[in-house]
Amino acid sequence: MEQLNGWFTDLLSDNTIFTANTLGFYWGGFVTTVQLVFLSLVIGMILAVPLAIGRGSKRRWIKLPIYAYTYVFRGTPLLIQLYLVYYGVVFFEGIQDSIFWVVFKQAFFPALIAFTLNTAAYTTEIFHGAIKNTAKGEIEAARAYGMSRKLMMRRIILPSAFRRALPAYGNEVIFMLHASAVASVVTIMDLTGAAYYVYARFYAPFDAFIFVALIYLCLTFGIMFVFRKLEKRLLAHLRPRGA
Amino acid sequence: MNKWITGALIAGALVSGQAFSQAMAQESQDAIRLGIDVPYEPFVVRNAEGDLEGFEIDLGNELCTRANLECSWVEQGWDGIIPGLLARKYDAILSSMAITPERERQVLFSLPYYNTPSVWITARDRDIDIDDKASLEGLSVGVQRGTIRDVYVTQEYGDVLDIHRYGSSQDVVNDLKSGRLDLTFEDFPIANDAIDFRQDDSPYKQLGDSIKTPTSIFGEGAAMAFRQRDKALAAKFDKAICEVYADGTFDELMEKYFDYDLSVRPSEQDCAE
Repeated sequence: MEQLNGWFTDLLSDNTIFTANTLGFYWGGFVTTVQLVFLSLVIGMILAVPLAIGRGSKRRWIKLPIYAYTYVFRGTPLLIQLYLVYYGVVFFEGIQDSIFWVVFKQAFFPALIAFTLNTAAYTTEIFHGAIKNTAKGEIEAARAYGMSRKLMMRRIILPSAFRRALPAYGNEVIFMLHASAVASVVTIMDLTGAAYYVYARFYAPFDAFIFVALIYLCLTFGIMFVFRKLEKRLLAHLRPRGA
Repeated sequence: MNKWITGALIAGALVSGQAFSQAMAQESQDAIRLGIDVPYEPFVVRNAEGDLEGFEIDLGNELCTRANLECSWVEQGWDGIIPGLLARKYDAILSSMAITPERERQVLFSLPYYNTPSVWITARDRDIDIDDKASLEGLSVGVQRGTIRDVYVTQEYGDVLDIHRYGSSQDVVNDLKSGRLDLTFEDFPIANDAIDFRQDDSPYKQLGDSIKTPTSIFGEGAAMAFRQRDKALAAKFDKAICEVYADGTFDELMEKYFDYDLSVRPSEQDCAE
């Protein structure tokens, strides 16, 4: 143990990169990344529920615009969407003088908008798929009870669809965390931004990026753990009996 | 017996080798070859007739005349420019090479002969005093990430300015123009090309003086590079650089190619015999 301790002290004594200063950068980046991803996921999910229901509507004027939206946002890279929202908006004449400028002046809100629209598009498709795949028997049973379409949606289809969508949604959350690494191109000091900074400052790509990779790994592990627990609870009825 | 012969042979080879290299050195100091990476406008370009021309060609020829040397130019791509020097493809590099500690381990540098400055730029209607640090609180500045400008701003203004770091200087300029940034701190030649800030009626303006110091951040500038052992040759060029600065020839050449100041006047101490 003492040997290990000595080895560790030696290792850190030569270290000029991971000082309190750079660790502060990483911590700031960690907070920004978590905020950005969490907020965009929450808002994205709130948007996605009505969109997913509308996506399965029989009325074309509801169905088609939503389909076009998800098609565009799933069909283009997040980086391009971010660039368009951040650098694109300034080409609207007079935006600097409008009330919107308060939002678009900082980098955080354009990034939040791009991320939210992106994750909402994916989540809409995930929920839509789950709603569509609701077992016929459940719907027939609901009808037999005389439930209206609204009530059936609220009591039967949505709760069941959300449970079945959980594993796919868990993946989307992890993808979103990883995709958020592009935020640093619009000057946001997220985890990747902090790593870029340390890399550029000390010309140490391996140290800077391996450290940040480990942080992402821990975050991903945490998300996986939470979803594993949730799935175990909420999908208990789908597990084979006795398993 | 055998040992004696071998010893004598080695000694002989050493002596003659030394004499030979001395003779070579003698000869090559009258006629030397300068390595340069072409093109790098306006420092060096090949004109329509196929001849090299530009600031560094004029400067190099002037330095050679003063050092009493017959100079010729050798073209060499940047990647191989130090290996080419060490392999004796040419005797010196005169190709906008900035002095860095890494390069100093391999080559011997002359005095620096130029360094491009950096400038603070803001919108013309803004009233900002860059020297009054307290008044800068909360203003945003854009820099290209990892550049010497980033280091300078972080070190000198990190506690007051809100520093935005971009991947390219193009993005910095975009956000200065969009109004997201109050300030930018940019390399003068880049700013000169990308931002209209030098006329009285242009939308942007320069704040304060152009900045080239401290040299611990901005570097000492671009210098000629020699093989480590060619100290006498380097000294000749140091003297020539001092001369062109002292009698105004450097300024004439600079005004011919540039409309801003990139001189790094050598100190009297450096020029003392």
